[in-house]
Amino acid sequence: MAKEKPDLVYGTLDMLILKALQHDPRHGLAIADRIQQMSKDILHVEQGSLYPALYRLEAQGWIKAEWGLSDNNRKARYYKLTAAGRKQLSAEEEHWLRITKGIDLVLAGG
Amino acid sequence: MPQFRAWFSRLLGLFQKNKRDAEMVEEMQTHLDLLTERHIAAGMLPHEARNAALREFGGVEQIKEVAREQRVWRWADEFVQDIRFGARMLLRTPGFSILAILCLTLGIGTNAAVFSWIEGILIRPYPLVSHQDRMFAFIGTTRGVEGHNGLSYPDFLDFEKNSTLFESFIVDRIMGTSLSVGDRAEWASGGIVSANYFDALGVRPILGRGFRPEEGTGRNAHPVTVISYRTWKDRYKFDPNIIGRTQYLNGVQHTIIGVAPEKFHGTFVGYSFSFWVPTSMQETFDTTGYKLEDRGARWIEGYAFLKPGVTRQQGQAELSAIAKRLENDFPEANRGHEVQLVPLWKTPFNGAGNMSPTLAITMAVVFLVLLIACANVSNLLLARSLLRRHEMTMRLALGAGRRRLIKQLVTEGLLLSIIAAAGGIAVAYWCRNALVLAFPSPAPGIVIDYPGQIDWRVLAVSAGICVLATLIFAVVPAIHASHVDLSGALKSDGGGVVSGSSRSRLRSTLVLVQVSLSFVLLAGTGLLLESLAKIQNANPGFSTDVIGCSTALFSAGYKQDRAKNFYTQLLDRVRALPGVESATLTRVIPFSYNVFSSSAIEVDGYQPPPNEQPTVEYNQVAEDYFATIGIPIVSGREFTRTDDENSPPVAIINETMAAKYWPAKNALGQRVKVKDRWLEIVGIAKNANYRTKLEIPTPFFYVPLRQNWGVQNTLLMRTRETPGAMLNALAREVHALDANLAPGIPYRLQEQVDQMSYSQRLAVTLVAVFGAMALFLAAIGLYAVMSYSVSQTTRELGMRMALGANAADVLRLVVSRGLRLTVAGIAIGAIAALALTRLIGNLLYKVSPRDPIAFGSALIILIAVALVACFLPARRATRIDPVRALRN
Repeated sequence: MAKEKPDLVYGTLDMLILKALQHDPRHGLAIADRIQQMSKDILHVEQGSLYPALYRLEAQGWIKAEWGLSDNNRKARYYKLTAAGRKQLSAEEEHWLRITKGIDLVLAGG
Repeated sequence: MPQFRAWFSRLLGLFQKNKRDAEMVEEMQTHLDLLTERHIAAGMLPHEARNAALREFGGVEQIKEVAREQRVWRWADEFVQDIRFGARMLLRTPGFSILAILCLTLGIGTNAAVFSWIEGILIRPYPLVSHQDRMFAFIGTTRGVEGHNGLSYPDFLDFEKNSTLFESFIVDRIMGTSLSVGDRAEWASGGIVSANYFDALGVRPILGRGFRPEEGTGRNAHPVTVISYRTWKDRYKFDPNIIGRTQYLNGVQHTIIGVAPEKFHGTFVGYSFSFWVPTSMQETFDTTGYKLEDRGARWIEGYAFLKPGVTRQQGQAELSAIAKRLENDFPEANRGHEVQLVPLWKTPFNGAGNMSPTLAITMAVVFLVLLIACANVSNLLLARSLLRRHEMTMRLALGAGRRRLIKQLVTEGLLLSIIAAAGGIAVAYWCRNALVLAFPSPAPGIVIDYPGQIDWRVLAVSAGICVLATLIFAVVPAIHASHVDLSGALKSDGGGVVSGSSRSRLRSTLVLVQVSLSFVLLAGTGLLLESLAKIQNANPGFSTDVIGCSTALFSAGYKQDRAKNFYTQLLDRVRALPGVESATLTRVIPFSYNVFSSSAIEVDGYQPPPNEQPTVEYNQVAEDYFATIGIPIVSGREFTRTDDENSPPVAIINETMAAKYWPAKNALGQRVKVKDRWLEIVGIAKNANYRTKLEIPTPFFYVPLRQNWGVQNTLLMRTRETPGAMLNALAREVHALDANLAPGIPYRLQEQVDQMSYSQRLAVTLVAVFGAMALFLAAIGLYAVMSYSVSQTTRELGMRMALGANAADVLRLVVSRGLRLTVAGIAIGAIAALALTRLIGNLLYKVSPRDPIAFGSALIILIAVALVACFLPARRATRIDPVRALRN
């Protein structure tokens, strides 16, 4: 069975998606673009792996999907952060900061 | 919360699977389109752009699969698949499916019907009465004596006053009166009840009211009555102005103050009451005198309602303490007397007590039916799993997981059980209605009321057992099937001639299990049937051809002297009638609800243990009683006409009494003191049954009626005439003595016995029906397993025939193989049965748990079924063209 193979640190894709949706609703491709753009081209999201993550987040109730029109007038599913998603995002951000700070300290101590 | 949402969303996903799939495809398509457009805009050719987009996106199908998993439980998805597949499999082998479902349906349905019927009689016997779970029979007992007494009214009031753990106590004493309908006297049963009766039971009269508290007291002060719905209907034709009308009951004008609801028959299993009067009217209805102030007269039967949350033990402890105090305060009347709270289904003073053993037998038999049904289905499933081995192997080889295979087989078993459980409900419902049709009222005045609904608890238990059994046996073959050496299995299942040894071993085991199980069940059912037949045919110890007839002198206002005159003349006249061989009188006929007299006795030379008061029941009978009713006198003599007021008091005792009080010497000529008189024992009579056939022998004695006259007696006649033919002659004689009197309808004592053992006969019929069903199911099961086993060897048989064996050889081979297995199975079953039938030993009546007839019939039946089961498929096998058999 094919498992999703994140280009990123394992388990961070969910957080990045939530972050990408922080201000505006976006469709799948736009989310991938946004992550790439925000990371100044450091992070590349494998397009396909985006969808399992999106459905997972939707099932958790953190994002909501609606059909809408894209810039070039195509029907696309737009994802929007819910209130619960917002809370989840800040919790994950905080968690991430603590972890990376810890890792930094360990590496600096070497 | 998020967990729940995810769960819910996935659940939703399960149902909207197709819609969600379509959306997903569309969404990914859009993504790919957008990406392609972007590449075209960057200068790629359209097809290059598309390929690049696909590359970037990754494997579309894999991603779809992963994405699906995010939304739907995979197992739930598969479950739906399994059910679909299972249903297809069941449809593909309709014979198997119908058989399995039929077995289970019968098993579940009949169990549910009988259990709920029994539950209705035993646990909630009284329709419309609330709180039957807290209702207990309240009886008196005597230390050191088996059986029960009533309670005296003063004692009863003391218990009511001094207890704290009880909500209420009620008196309910069965009695009767004759109601004249035209020129015929009709007997109506009624209840003497405490004034709180209807309130305590929670039964509201549909017209008028129940009794007021003050109506319970004052000697004959409140001639009021509540009539039953049936009386209102039959006798008063639904008269809407019935309240306030009057009715003569036993010569006293009673005012009708209420009509009970239709379903309420009173609180006496086996009898439906026609009317109720308050305790204050006791003297009017009791032929043996005024008793409300007599602490020694124990006539009350009644019930106690515990407060919620109080256990029977606690209630019993409190009542025993009060009884102890009463014993101290009133040693004369109460020495040796105790009280007991008895569960409703053991109530000794009505039909319930007699019924419980037979009901227990019925329950055991239907449970055996259920067991056979479960065994059948399990064996069928097991057999089928062997047939499907090739399919299983194939699926394993194609990559199905073992767990997945097991899950699927279990699902199929479950599917069977669920369908059968649904069918069972229908059967149960139908059975209940059929029971009512099959067993109409056994006698006028008796109504058996069946609560209308199937008891869901019973149904749940039966269905649960079936499902459990099916699952267990579905899992075993599934596990077996999943452990297959793939390459080996594929090879041999494809073309082998003689099947592998492990498979034939499993097949033989199947037959062995089925045969031995069936043997145990058949032998057990046989034993139960035999004991019911024995109960039915048991000789009660007297001749049941004797005709009885009573005339309602008490109701007509006769007093003792007038009654004595009447009976003396009547006896002379009846003895002179043509065809009458002998005639006598008795106060109480055997197997009646009327109670025998009972008395404390003193015996010359017998020292009772301290705190014990030997009490024995007795009956008052006229001369020629023993000759007429056919109870042999073992030694001494029968009562004669000269045993009257002018001669010394005498008694005849039964064998048990002789053995108990005069173990070492001849009781003849000894003396016993009864009610302050010493009686000389002039005869010893053989034991007989006095109330039921199941009673244990107890001491009993007889005194001459002419020394102990009472107002109400029954005439007994030994004659060749039928009861119908006697009616006119009797009516003429009674009329000649008193123009205002009419005799009751003459009847044979057999009718009385039948009426009392109605429930027993009902149980015999039921057990016979269910026994036949058990046999049928066992036969089907054995046939199915056996013929499956034979059909599996078709290839081998073809081979043998190809090599020159003829049809007779093959038949002999198959039948002898089958018989060998059957005999082995029977041997195992017999050993198991010998050990197991002891468990039902206390349900058996005069039948040994190792009874050869039951075991023998089980043996013969199983061998016969096995023969047929081997022979038919074997013959089919011999007719198959050997070449085809080999090729198939």
